[in-house]
Amino acid sequence: MSKKDATWLTKLRESQVYTSIFRMGIPKNRRERMLAILTNVFLHLHPVGIPKHAAKLTYTWCMGGLSFFLFLTLIVTGILLMFYYRPTIEYAYGDIIDLREQTPLGIMRELHRWGGHAMVIAVWLHMFRVFMTGSYKKPREFNWVVGVVLLVLTMFMSFTGYLLPWDQLAMWAVTVGTNMGAATPLVGVEGPGTALLSIGDVNLVHSGADARFALLGGRFVGDAALLRFYVLHCVAVPFIMVIGMMIHFWRVRKDGGISGPL
Amino acid sequence: MLDVVKSGVNFLANPPVLLTLILAGFFILFPINERCLRWNQRLGLEAIWTRRGVIIGGVLTTLFLLFGISDPNFRAVVMKPDNAPIVGLIYLVPFFLWLAMKQAVENDRRILDGKKPNEYHDPEDKVLVWPDLVYIELIALVLMTVFLVVWSLAIDAPLEGPANPTTSPNPAKAPWYFLALQEMLVYFDPWIAGVVLPAVIVLALMAIPYIDNNPKGQGYYSFRERKMAISLFLFCWLVIWILLIGVGTFLRGPNWNFFGPFEYWDVNKTLALNNVNLSEYIYVIGLGMELPKSIILREFCGILLLGAYFLGLPLLLARTWLNKLLLDLGAMRYSVFIMLTLIMFALPIKMYLRWLFTLKYILAIPEFSFNI
Repeated sequence: MSKKDATWLTKLRESQVYTSIFRMGIPKNRRERMLAILTNVFLHLHPVGIPKHAAKLTYTWCMGGLSFFLFLTLIVTGILLMFYYRPTIEYAYGDIIDLREQTPLGIMRELHRWGGHAMVIAVWLHMFRVFMTGSYKKPREFNWVVGVVLLVLTMFMSFTGYLLPWDQLAMWAVTVGTNMGAATPLVGVEGPGTALLSIGDVNLVHSGADARFALLGGRFVGDAALLRFYVLHCVAVPFIMVIGMMIHFWRVRKDGGISGPL
Repeated sequence: MLDVVKSGVNFLANPPVLLTLILAGFFILFPINERCLRWNQRLGLEAIWTRRGVIIGGVLTTLFLLFGISDPNFRAVVMKPDNAPIVGLIYLVPFFLWLAMKQAVENDRRILDGKKPNEYHDPEDKVLVWPDLVYIELIALVLMTVFLVVWSLAIDAPLEGPANPTTSPNPAKAPWYFLALQEMLVYFDPWIAGVVLPAVIVLALMAIPYIDNNPKGQGYYSFRERKMAISLFLFCWLVIWILLIGVGTFLRGPNWNFFGPFEYWDVNKTLALNNVNLSEYIYVIGLGMELPKSIILREFCGILLLGAYFLGLPLLLARTWLNKLLLDLGAMRYSVFIMLTLIMFALPIKMYLRWLFTLKYILAIPEFSFNI
């Protein structure tokens, strides 16, 4: 193509600004395709080349990738929801109602909730796939363990988020869940062996100082529990999950890439 | 006619009936050892993992759901917005199970013929991630986005009345992904069902790669090379986790009573529950005397039974059926494996003890809130 025929698009591609952001144009040969992965901070999560079977949907089901994508979706929608939502028992429920009533075509909360459910399912199916392909075997044992931690954290994320709408569904589901804390052996007020932990007549573990109290910041699901779950849901657990994912993705590469037959 | 079908389904969905049917077939469908594998082949069950199998299964499931939706009681539970993910599981879990098993069966045949599994390619023959993988990821990502947006537009996120500490809904259910644990609460005290069992599940998952020292079946779908590992894993995942979630979601109504899929959720349904402890069975009913004062004497039988189950049985199995496994795994791996497996099977065992003998606790020491 001569300089004269160049469209505005080609001109843009050749401009100093564009070439400074994107080091290369559309990859045209093998070398450039490899560089496309290597020079992009996001894409270089991937190796440059992978075994043929690993690019097949029937092998990976893309479930690990979808889990990660759903996690990113949940971060974006979650941040948007945080602009509107106040975690106090005075405002929480009303803010959720407002999200439904006042925003035209507002589906952020739907995206966030259904996305959360979808992520739980995607993570389960990812684990199932990894088991069925025997991918947890040596040398990938530890990465499976990291994956189990991420699985548990995913469900914990979903659980802490369940309380935030502050409706009947939320409150009683979390009541059912956190009552388990009170039954923890030795550190729950109703748990086995707790009665043994006493000095004279003074019980060391009581309803004001046990595992459930630590979870709820109180004896029942109230204001303190809502704040605690909010902080866990929006900051603490995502922070741990991001670190876990870093290790998980790093180890996929370092433990020999995607599993395959020898 | 329809009513007969509906009451038939209600009967089959009853946990004792359901679990018995599943237990009768499960380890043949997913053969745990050579003998089960022979039965599997004699019955031609591998035909399920073919294209025809998945189409027939999908059509039957859809027909059943369509038939069910015509019933108001069925509709009330299944069409609930918050149950959408579990309805999704009804399709997703069997589909991906089929997808894995189909490839496993194909690879098993190849390996029997002395060929390499389908996944095998020349290690030098790689594909470039750009464009061969990134475009798959892009498509998956776009489809997922479309799916989520459509789902979100179609179904509002559930929202009930404002939280009210004074009136609890009946039944009060945990989030759906924890319903298997809530179901276990029927048979065990909270400290087991809510604390010990979840912890054991997580630890058992983490322990899998360290217990399973079978080097075969890595990086490709297979079944026969890993019969026992896959069979046990599928039992835990499909029956103890997914099925119990389904039971908790669709079949547990007010007061956590069982309701068939076509049964009205009657708040007033009451079941006579006269659960009896093992110690009461022995002393009060068996010997016609009062319970002994001493805890040790009173719970003697329970302690003995639990000791036999968790200490005697591993040793017995190590000398008999599982002798080869012990040699393969070594003492350490075997001990961890057998403990986890026995804890897992303790759940169905306790279920049957409850259903058959209305047994409440095997070992009951309410003095220390220690009941098993």
